[in-house]
Amino acid sequence: MKSFQTFVETYNYLVTVFLMVAGLYVVIARGNMIKKLIGLSLFQTSVYLLYLAPAKIDGGTAPILDAAYTVYSNPLPHVLILTAIVVGVATLALGLALVVRVHEAYGTIDEDEIFAESEEP
Amino acid sequence: MTAIQPHLPILIVLLPLAAALVSAFFRRGAGAWALAMGVSALLPWMAGTMLWTVVRSGEPLSYALGGWAPPWGIEYRVDVLNAFVLTLVTAVGAVIMPYARRSVAREVHEHQQAWFYTMYLLCLTGLLGIAVTGDAFNAFVFLEISSLSTYVLIALGRDRRAVLSSFQYLIMGTIGATFYVIGIGLLYLVTGTLNMADLGARLGPAYATYPRPVLTALAFVVVGVCLKLALFPLHVWLPGAYASAPSVATTFLAGTATKVALYLLVRLLFTVFGIGITFRALPMTAVLLVLAVAGMVLASFSAAMQRDAKRLLAYSSVAQIGYVTFGIGLANANGLTGGLVHLANHAVIKTTLFLALGAVYYRIGSVRLEHLAGIGRVMPWTMATFVVGGLGLIGVPGTAGFISKWYLALGAIDAGLWPLAFVLVITSFLAVVYVGRVVEVAYFHEPSGPARDATDPPWSMLVSMLAAAGATIYFGFDTRATAEVAGMAARLLLGGRE
Repeated sequence: MKSFQTFVETYNYLVTVFLMVAGLYVVIARGNMIKKLIGLSLFQTSVYLLYLAPAKIDGGTAPILDAAYTVYSNPLPHVLILTAIVVGVATLALGLALVVRVHEAYGTIDEDEIFAESEEP
Repeated sequence: MTAIQPHLPILIVLLPLAAALVSAFFRRGAGAWALAMGVSALLPWMAGTMLWTVVRSGEPLSYALGGWAPPWGIEYRVDVLNAFVLTLVTAVGAVIMPYARRSVAREVHEHQQAWFYTMYLLCLTGLLGIAVTGDAFNAFVFLEISSLSTYVLIALGRDRRAVLSSFQYLIMGTIGATFYVIGIGLLYLVTGTLNMADLGARLGPAYATYPRPVLTALAFVVVGVCLKLALFPLHVWLPGAYASAPSVATTFLAGTATKVALYLLVRLLFTVFGIGITFRALPMTAVLLVLAVAGMVLASFSAAMQRDAKRLLAYSSVAQIGYVTFGIGLANANGLTGGLVHLANHAVIKTTLFLALGAVYYRIGSVRLEHLAGIGRVMPWTMATFVVGGLGLIGVPGTAGFISKWYLALGAIDAGLWPLAFVLVITSFLAVVYVGRVVEVAYFHEPSGPARDATDPPWSMLVSMLAAAGATIYFGFDTRATAEVAGMAARLLLGGRE
């Protein structure tokens, strides 16, 4: 029963860590550059969850200075993650643009094939 | 001037940022270059003024963004260390820019040249932002601004390997930056603050209550930043990126990007986590020293194997980053001074070396060793600056490199690790080997192929090269601007919080 309680209390962290590790694994294990970028995005997204999940407080309101409210949710993590999302989108866009250029230059988007080819000359 | 002075910490970031936006509207490289040149020439004065003010008063400059008092708002905080790094980065930018026009015109497509300068200015914005900010999350945003523009700068290289190197760096760099945000997120969960000075004050008590999240955060942050600064064995992105980027981009990145990441590492280890957590709770000294020594030795061997001179210098950079990390890991006054001095001296030396190679590429279109045969006879000034830089890299007395290695050796002896001082000497001999390979080919072989008709580059490029080479020698004799300021910064870092 105790372990179940721990699970319920910390399951948001478990989800975060699962996404994190899964994303990082895809980046490392896959040779296809698009799949690498998908993994990278997953990895970055897990961080959004790391920041946002603890920002939710049961019964918390927006931080309005008024005698009627005593429990506030912290709005700062949301603002931070808004910035992080923008960074993530920019990274993904630039990464995809580079994949297009790699495809033009090498005719493939698989890293293993590219390295096999470039070792020969 | 006095009216502007309190606003210098924000202006030093806003000026290149605004210039980058304007530069994006230029259609031709020349206009964008003139703008970048103007901004780059102005920035060292701003950074120098701050350094002068901070060194004289001994008090940090604090700038509250938007009037929100720290720690609630974002604070830009300039102490001796920040000002030192700001001056270094802006000076490297100013020295490179006169050179950039001809070199970029030769290496980057006509319609991409304005974009090159836009990305340069954005990269400068990011690097200066990291160096000036006192907010841990703000540092992440600037880290990504500089990284994203760096990926583009690398991809602008003409070789098709440039896009591949850029993509690999994008993957590694993003993983590094994400690790950094994970670490900062954990710190925020534990302390509820993002201001670096405030974090420094709160982490001690927080560590007593939540030791595990704090140590996890330390691990994430250190690994993330070490990916960015290319500490061995996280350096795999660096040689490809340096070798295939346009010469000006390589020079700029070698002189500034890894240095700013090293600054961030120092700031996090000493100001945010503090010596108590960094070096007592985890065997950080052992980790950093082992990796630094491994990088110094193995990367030097790799450098000696290379056939492409730019790639050779890139591996040498990994080795030199090892020296700086060595100083950080020692965490005593002489060692840290040596690390910080080497941060500046290596920036000067590598700028000299990469500028010389860029000039060779400008004339003969290659920097492979077999094409460099006899180049020292037909391009005497160019290779003279290369030799000066090479001597600096080896650490010959009378060059900048000697000063930093001297302090590092003293630091190692102070720490009771005299065998490591011996390792410093051995790796200097390895530097003789790899610098010697280039010098041997350049001076003792007959010129052949395109090298036969090569001459020294135009004066606009030569000015930058001579300035960098002159600085390499100057900082070997006059250490007021480097060793003394670095010593002040080291004492500040080691003396706990200001």
